[in-house]
Amino acid sequence: MKTVFKKPESLTDAKFHYCPGCTHGIVHRLMAECMDELNIRESTIGICPVGCSVLAYDYFNCDMLEAAHGRAPAIAAAIKRLMPDRTLFTYQGDGDLASIGMGEIVHASVRGEKITVIFINNTVYGMTGGQMAPTTLLGQVTTTSPYGRSKDNEGYPAKMAELLAQNEGSAYICRTAVNNPSNVIKTKKAIKKALQTQIKGVGFSMVEVLSTCPTNWGLSPLDSMKWLEDNMIPYYPLGELKVKEDK
Amino acid sequence: MKGNEALAEGAIIAGCRGFFGYPITPSSEIAEYMARKLPGLGGVFFQAESELAAINMVYGGSSTGKRVMTASSGPGISLKQEGISFIAEAELPCLIVNVSRGGPGLGGIQPSQADYFQATRGGGHGDYRLIVLAPSGAQEMMDYTIEAFDLADRYRTPVMIMAEGTLGNIMEPIIVRKPEEKSYDKSWAITGCKGRKPNIINTLHLSSEVLEERNRHLAAKYKLIEQNEKRAETFLTEDADIIVVAFGLMARIVKKSVMEARKKGIKAGLIRPITLWPFPDEHFKKAAETVRLILSVEINMGQMIEDIRLSVNGKVPVEFYGRIGFTPNPEEITKQLLLLAEREGF
Repeated sequence: MKTVFKKPESLTDAKFHYCPGCTHGIVHRLMAECMDELNIRESTIGICPVGCSVLAYDYFNCDMLEAAHGRAPAIAAAIKRLMPDRTLFTYQGDGDLASIGMGEIVHASVRGEKITVIFINNTVYGMTGGQMAPTTLLGQVTTTSPYGRSKDNEGYPAKMAELLAQNEGSAYICRTAVNNPSNVIKTKKAIKKALQTQIKGVGFSMVEVLSTCPTNWGLSPLDSMKWLEDNMIPYYPLGELKVKEDK
Repeated sequence: MKGNEALAEGAIIAGCRGFFGYPITPSSEIAEYMARKLPGLGGVFFQAESELAAINMVYGGSSTGKRVMTASSGPGISLKQEGISFIAEAELPCLIVNVSRGGPGLGGIQPSQADYFQATRGGGHGDYRLIVLAPSGAQEMMDYTIEAFDLADRYRTPVMIMAEGTLGNIMEPIIVRKPEEKSYDKSWAITGCKGRKPNIINTLHLSSEVLEERNRHLAAKYKLIEQNEKRAETFLTEDADIIVVAFGLMARIVKKSVMEARKKGIKAGLIRPITLWPFPDEHFKKAAETVRLILSVEINMGQMIEDIRLSVNGKVPVEFYGRIGFTPNPEEITKQLLLLAEREGF
């Protein structure tokens, strides 16, 4: 019998702990497929964040390190400098990357660290129970913005891809979504391109993936996909924001 | 050599090939020395964007199994505590240097020993300890640094060198000794999983059983370090009525006062803790059998005195003399000894 679909070698056999409808699982799989296709599993080191994907070290079948909240880019940069022929990726959520880790991510990009960042933007702190994140949309109700995020009180949502794209050190910055099959395929292409950018030594690369959190949004998985499309994509437009081909 | 440079050269001799730091007085010469030397040796000098990033770079760097370090001073060491806690729990060997200055807050850049509590109690969150070595001159800045990397590898634990700011700037002749090469098992390192199962470096333990087991494991390791590594220097303690306790450069200053007091007929001695943790309590237990008074001299408002009191357990009175912003000079300590001897009728 011909095998038409199988688990990537770059994922372990562990069962994901993610909530029903959560899109972390999709992005994990895409990342693992890219590692398989680029044949880099044995030379890749992944850094997990603090947040829902803290347990990613159980899921990726490569050397992994679990970071303090927000510090993954600093850790990845140090390892990359000490071992330049390895592939380094960080996998971070919006609280980790855009709030407590704002310093580390901006400087990694400014310096042009040759690492790849997978940034999951689902507009809330998932693991701690749906608090406001820097990427929470205006008007969005969360447990710590119970009256809806307002520009005058909580301030504006952070556009990380745009922010980092302007840095000279950023070589590949792309925003994608995983709300439908077409966008899932585009996300995989972007992740692969980001990893190739690192392997070629061009500079810093990041893929911001618009994702869903049905549990904390209080929506069904299907309604969450629609909410992402109707609310997130208009504020966080999809596409490549920076593509630098050469060193 | 300047103390800070002797320390940096010691790190290079020990095979340190990664330095991650952030400029802060009075430790910056260490970073500057490494910035000049490491690139030519195939090493990495990396000026981080913050103290937080620097210690996390040490976390990443030490996870590769290479010898790495950082150096800072009080306010920077405070910021590093999060990372140090992670490194201790992940059992990663590395060197952290505190060329210490006065606090609290921004304090001042004058030499100080006011980070004693922070250094010897772990410093960050959770149950952990650092091995803390206190050099007393430029030669020991080099020698203890070389030794610190071996202690770190032997016990898979972060080691701290704590030196008051004066030691960073002191200029003294150095004898460079080549250490014997030792090899350590670093099969835990994350280097890419070619030819083996993936390695994971992690400090999260959601299960109560595993969390407790991890803490018991660390506690057992710290117990072993306490058994093996307590160190102190003693000077004229055998017949002493009064023992002065001081560490770092302060201990060398006190030595002079002890000799002066002896000339005036006072039987004074000195105990100088070399390891601030583990604290050399046996030296004090022994001294408590014969000595009549202990005086702790520190460049702070009284921190090590608590460990001395715990060690003598009420058997001998322990008094304190300390300053901050100034390093006590030999004359003022001699004066203290004369006053105490007169009061006690020694």
